[in-house]
Amino acid sequence: MSVEEKVLVLENLGKSFGSNKVLNGVSIDLVKGENLVILGKSGSGKSVLIKCIVKLIDNDEGTINVFGTSLDEVSPADLNKMRARIGFLFQGGALYDSMSVRENLEFPLVRHHRDLDQDAIDDKVSTALDNVGLLDAADKLPAELSGGMRKRIGLARTLILNPEIMLYDEPTTGLDPVTSNEISELILEMQKKYQTSSIIITHDMNCAKLTSNRIAMIRDGKIYETGTFEELKSKEDPWIQSFFI
Amino acid sequence: MRPNLAQNIKKTVVLKSSVSMNQFQTLLINVADWWLFLLRFFKELFHLPFEFNEFVRQGYKIGNKSLGLVTITGFIMGLVLTIQSKPTLADFGAESWLPGMVAISIVREIGPVITALICAGKVGSGIGAELGSMRVTEQIDAMEVSGTHPFRFLVVTRMLATSIIVPILVFYSDFVGILGSYVGANIDGDVTLQLFLMQATSSLEFSDLIPATIKSVFFGLVIGLAGCYKGYNANKGTESVGVAANEAVVAASLLVFLVDLIAVQFTNIIL
Ligand SMILES: Nc1ncnc2c1ncn2[C@@H]1O[C@H](COP(=O)(O)OP(=O)(O)O)[C@@H](O)[C@H]1O
Ligand SMILES: [Mg+2]
Repeated sequence: MSVEEKVLVLENLGKSFGSNKVLNGVSIDLVKGENLVILGKSGSGKSVLIKCIVKLIDNDEGTINVFGTSLDEVSPADLNKMRARIGFLFQGGALYDSMSVRENLEFPLVRHHRDLDQDAIDDKVSTALDNVGLLDAADKLPAELSGGMRKRIGLARTLILNPEIMLYDEPTTGLDPVTSNEISELILEMQKKYQTSSIIITHDMNCAKLTSNRIAMIRDGKIYETGTFEELKSKEDPWIQSFFI
Repeated sequence: MRPNLAQNIKKTVVLKSSVSMNQFQTLLINVADWWLFLLRFFKELFHLPFEFNEFVRQGYKIGNKSLGLVTITGFIMGLVLTIQSKPTLADFGAESWLPGMVAISIVREIGPVITALICAGKVGSGIGAELGSMRVTEQIDAMEVSGTHPFRFLVVTRMLATSIIVPILVFYSDFVGILGSYVGANIDGDVTLQLFLMQATSSLEFSDLIPATIKSVFFGLVIGLAGCYKGYNANKGTESVGVAANEAVVAASLLVFLVDLIAVQFTNIIL
């Protein structure tokens, strides 16, 4: 990448819940087209961090700049438009369990593109399902799907709006190694296919190794170290090393 | 979830004044929070496009869910009321008042309140549990971050549906109650249904029906409100689904009586 365009800039982000200071000055940017993995122990505030980016949680300190606009300055209507450009894959997939897979995918689509006719909708749903290899699951209910399938459908539902930024919250946690690898591959594929910039939160080193262009490690509410997988692996620091055993 | 005004107040009060909150403050903040939720419903009700399909689905579900129970309770209520009043009226030789008296009690008070309480239990807990589990499994968050207005889709449709379906169920329950009353009156007598209905309805006036209907709309509203408020604001954690459902029923039942109390004052002033 010759000119690095930053799609997301976090500066000095701080967030406390009561006396529990979860984020204590996180600064990091996301470069267009890159996969940034955020590594950290359980409870280190990784989920809180990405929830701040989509304003599910309001940060107490610092600024978040998305596509060159500060989140402090956006109106509620613009916030919704901005959210449509950011995809968020929740830890459990967060499928709407009263709706079939097809309805799950149509839900965000028809609400953001009121002008689409049924053919165009069907088309987009099929493409999205095909992307995650689950074309035949369209008429199933979420309760009938396995954990891995739910994550894939969640991913398909998120990607159907063609987001420019993807935020993955522990995409492989709770899955067996084979399915984990499939999900990691899928993340890479989507990056290539749609040129999305992604933040991938994980403590699964295999997933980090496969998907990352760059890794940021979070500790005590701050970014502790950043680098490529290989760079971090060769560090002497025992705390960093503890991730690589 | 974005912290709402009441949570902000709470934060400010606790953090800034470093005075621990007493129960009275907590109560006030809770009332404010419920009130804001209700205002938000009215505000977002007029935001287009309206989620019509979901509204119909919810309306059908609510009606369908409570119809059986409302039928049984409505019938028994009319029957019991009649059987119990009959001897007393007979003592005064006023048995001919029976149909009218029962009809007025049912239409004015017992029908609406019993139906509302049934719905508070059945529908309030259903909505509380459903939205609570959607909150816990991050489905509401997922709607929020995809910019699809979960409040409009989930809350507005449900609260509107309860506000419309509950009054309809009340009408139906009134009718079934009067039928039950006929059965009660006719256990040893031989009144024709036609005569009974005529006596019952001739003593009913518009001034009985209108306040009861308005009251029922508010019953429906607070049942939807309680279910939605408790479910939508459920905490994360698996046990909170049960808590939300349970608190929704308690809150809905209390609110029904509160509305009833306010309604009786109003009708007394106006009529
Ligand atoms: N809504 C919330 N209210 C209070 N505390 C929270 C909330 N969300 C997260 N926390 C706390 O923030 C810390 C970090 O949580 P989280 O970001 O979920 O960790 P993880 O890195 O495992 O994703 C935890 O101690 C958690 O208890
Ligand atoms: Mg997490």
